[in-house]
Amino acid sequence: MVDIAGWIFDHTATVGNGPGPLRKEWRRSLEVTNCGLAIDRLKLPDRVLWRFNVAAPAKRVEQLDRVVIRFAGDSGDGMQLTGDRFTSETAQLGNDISTLPNFPAEIRAPAGTLPGVSSFQVHFADYDILTPGDAPNVLVAMNPAALKANLAELPAGADIIVNTDEFTKRNLSKVGYAVSPLEDGSLDGYAVHPVALTSMTIGALAETGVAKKDAERAKNMFALGLLSWMYSRPFESTLRFLERKFAKRPDLVEANKTAFQAGWNYGETTEAFTVRYEVKPARMRPGTYRNITGNQALALGLVASAVRSRLPLFLGAYPITPASDILHEISKHKRFGITTVQAEDEIAAIGAALGASYGGALGVTTTSGPGVALKSETISLAIALELPLVIVDVQRAGPSTGMPTKTEQADLNMALFGRHGEAPLAVIAPRSPSDCFHAALEASRIALTYRTPVILLSDNYVANGSEPWMLPSVDELPDISVAFTTAPNAPDGKFLPYLRDPETLARPWAIPGTPGLEHRIGGLEKADKTGDISYDPANHEHMVRIRQARIDAIPVPDVDVEDPQENARVLVLGWGSTYGPIGAACRALRQRGLPIAQAHLRHLSPLPANLGEVLAGYDKVVVPEMNLGQLASVIRAKYLIDAMPFNQVSGLPFTAATLESMLEDVVKNG
Amino acid sequence: MADTIPLTPVKLTAKDFKSDQEVRWCPGCGDYAILAAVQQFMPELGIPRENIVFVSGIGCSSRFPYYMNTYGMHSIHGRAPAIATGLSTSRPDLSVWVVTGDGDALSIGGNHLIHALRRNVNLKILLFNNRIYGLTKGQYSPTSEIGKITKSTPAGSADSPFNPLSLALGAEATFVARTIDSDRKHLQSVLRAAAGHEGSAFVEIYQNCNIFNDGAFDLIKDPSARDEHLIRLEQGRPITFGADDRFSVVHPEGSFGLKVQEGGSAIVHDATVDDPAYAFALSRLSGSELTTTPIGVFRDVQRPSYDEIVRKQVLDARAQSTGTPEEMLGELLSAGDTWTIL
Ligand SMILES: Cc1ncc(C[n+]2csc(CCOP(=O)(O)OP(=O)(O)O)c2C)c(N)n1
Ligand code: SF4
Ligand SMILES: [Mg+2]
Repeated sequence: MVDIAGWIFDHTATVGNGPGPLRKEWRRSLEVTNCGLAIDRLKLPDRVLWRFNVAAPAKRVEQLDRVVIRFAGDSGDGMQLTGDRFTSETAQLGNDISTLPNFPAEIRAPAGTLPGVSSFQVHFADYDILTPGDAPNVLVAMNPAALKANLAELPAGADIIVNTDEFTKRNLSKVGYAVSPLEDGSLDGYAVHPVALTSMTIGALAETGVAKKDAERAKNMFALGLLSWMYSRPFESTLRFLERKFAKRPDLVEANKTAFQAGWNYGETTEAFTVRYEVKPARMRPGTYRNITGNQALALGLVASAVRSRLPLFLGAYPITPASDILHEISKHKRFGITTVQAEDEIAAIGAALGASYGGALGVTTTSGPGVALKSETISLAIALELPLVIVDVQRAGPSTGMPTKTEQADLNMALFGRHGEAPLAVIAPRSPSDCFHAALEASRIALTYRTPVILLSDNYVANGSEPWMLPSVDELPDISVAFTTAPNAPDGKFLPYLRDPETLARPWAIPGTPGLEHRIGGLEKADKTGDISYDPANHEHMVRIRQARIDAIPVPDVDVEDPQENARVLVLGWGSTYGPIGAACRALRQRGLPIAQAHLRHLSPLPANLGEVLAGYDKVVVPEMNLGQLASVIRAKYLIDAMPFNQVSGLPFTAATLESMLEDVVKNG
Repeated sequence: MADTIPLTPVKLTAKDFKSDQEVRWCPGCGDYAILAAVQQFMPELGIPRENIVFVSGIGCSSRFPYYMNTYGMHSIHGRAPAIATGLSTSRPDLSVWVVTGDGDALSIGGNHLIHALRRNVNLKILLFNNRIYGLTKGQYSPTSEIGKITKSTPAGSADSPFNPLSLALGAEATFVARTIDSDRKHLQSVLRAAAGHEGSAFVEIYQNCNIFNDGAFDLIKDPSARDEHLIRLEQGRPITFGADDRFSVVHPEGSFGLKVQEGGSAIVHDATVDDPAYAFALSRLSGSELTTTPIGVFRDVQRPSYDEIVRKQVLDARAQSTGTPEEMLGELLSAGDTWTIL
């Protein structure tokens, strides 16, 4: 056996040298042939060089239907980027994909520690999938912390690719390993692939002339190259990406490409990996796709709302995890006539958005739970003013600062009820990352058509998760434009700012700058039609009721029930981001012959008109939520049925397996 | 005044600015005088009524928009500057006025006020300072003198007041002025200057609340006493006051501030001095006691307004792109790595 500390690659074969760098002139002197197993000893001036003339050994290729890979490393290791690239390659191949990143809460926790572990999970399959996968089949652990943080979630037999270079005494002790888990037998139940990722990357880049630090940082590309080889991914998009990303540093383009190539070649040549896998493309509807996260999709949905409403979009926002990305994304698209204001706080952010709506813009504010709490008073004002406004709440685990990078659905009560007075509004929730696009358009449509604030309840799980999205044709997006009122609306030539459209119950939107329609609005109770201040008891009674009635009357699509065998007695009712795990659990049950029906709510206020009837059709209704039963309480109160809550508030999304076993029990035992 | 606001050829009158709503302040309230002064001044602007918007918060003073026959919004407590920021930035064709009180602007809404000023949003902010919470029936406010006995402070308030002008100057305001409800001519001259200023104009108006804080400004209103206390700032004129101009505002050698003394060489007022230290020093002449109180324009300097900068970014971005919005959207949606399934 030869001890190899560094590797040099070219495109036809792999050459390894003994410890120490290989000089250019030596390399030139090496004639690389493609002769299989031969290993030559080459006498060079100051050392012995081992030359490996290695033809790619024939590797077994296995077909898989699905794989879940988790890339885990220190937050400085570039795991998110690695995962993103792998996802993109996988998308190019045509697999269905679902991804989920897991960021550390700290920006830069001390290197090598457990809090500093950042990971990215990608699930891909040759059929349509609904979740990023319960547990990974493959873990790439760039250091001991990454191994330790993720090991508990690995099923027995899973592949673990570890970067052995980082398993130093110091790094091991940082996470409390007295003995290296690579040596003490504790990983015996897994298929461990020790790979000297760092040193092989440095070795591969020895000749490129990049600084050692830059070479070391390219180790994620080595890992990506290796995984891309293992799963037979097309990598052209990654090479193109590297050219774009490092456009200003050609040396880094080269370094990263070389590292990628080295990783690929390593897979191809080393005996450590004997099998290569293929996952055939999934059958997906014809169209052009891109991979998209929920936050990106939501931002694009808002941009699309501006285009399809023909209104300037005004975004007022105050940075907060996990909603800030939406502000970042939209800020890049001012060319659509979009104004973004980073306000001094959430109250100012929504205030500015409401002011813009008053002036005839599509006012939007994006935030997370703590921000919605601050905005609550202004939302009530918007309800009294009956102006359009979109409030995006990307939910995170609360209360208070809670776990800002973790997910939860616990703001539903706040969205539905968290305001003073009777203050109804529309609430909708996207079910998946790409659905955020359509949900944003729908929120804008309702806000504009019915002159109401709309709360859009996303959450960290959909916001940062990604999936393929079939690009919609712009012309087919709904036209959500509305007309401003420009002329008096009363028979006597007066303008009545609270005279309603009989169909939508919306009041006129007469914006400043419209001659003859000057009027005053405010938070004080308004007399019906005239909008003048009124303390009349009967008027208040009427106004409170009509504000509720107009929200109740917003037409929303009926809820669909998925029950392919049409014999289910148990219905699972979910809302928002639990769609994926619930759907996956239901499929698994049905495959095992257990009938189950799934209904999923996008509209939480108003609820679909057919919901009561749907619920009444089942013996049992189960409501899984990432809260303590908020929707379940609404359902119980409103429909008087014994809805069964099933709750998880760990900051993590449901796994399909958790739901499957719970639902199995309900289906079997009632 | 921003040249993006249209002008009307029609000559408007004070009456055109009176709404049909019954004015409901307490009889004798200083707000009436301010309302009348504003309504009378408005035609001077030459701006059509529909392009004028009054946005207010909550308080007696904040009822103001209801009485103006323009567009108006009576919003929520303290938030008017935030709401007006959104309106003003998205609508360059509007003249946006904020009406607020000492509690509204300096207590609950303090944050929005300072940020509107630092951004230099194109707003004319009128702060009716009666040094009391009127609408909630007489609690002390952030401008009440320390030791103020009110319903909520029977033993006297313990907190030092804000000097609103010092605060505004500290917040980088580009236009800062003070006037008095009862001096219509002066009030209107300050409004004129404020309206002509591009960016945020902050105007403190001393306003008498005859119910809960009557006589708060008597020292500078009483014809027999006021001349000894009121310092009228006039651009380009030495700052002197009192009978026969016996008092001068001077800059003592070696001192950071200004001071009032009998005789001496008065400094010449220049509101356009770039260094805010000057206006700040002027603002410090008046303490809680009002014994030497400057009124007029303290500071009036030029800085690009927030509205202008933000709008320019949008216009530039638009100018640099081609295609219809739909085409641009199509491009945006399909940006990055895409793949096609046939
Ligand atoms: C959120 C909220 N908190 C408290 C109030 C009660 N409130 C109304 S006006 C006011 C103080 C007003 O004082 P000021 O701004 O000085 O106005 P004035 O009435 O003196 O003109 C208070 C505390 C409110 N309307 N809203
Ligand atoms: S309480 Fe004072 S401020 Fe309010 S209306 Fe009456 S007098 Fe005016
Ligand atoms: Mg007051």
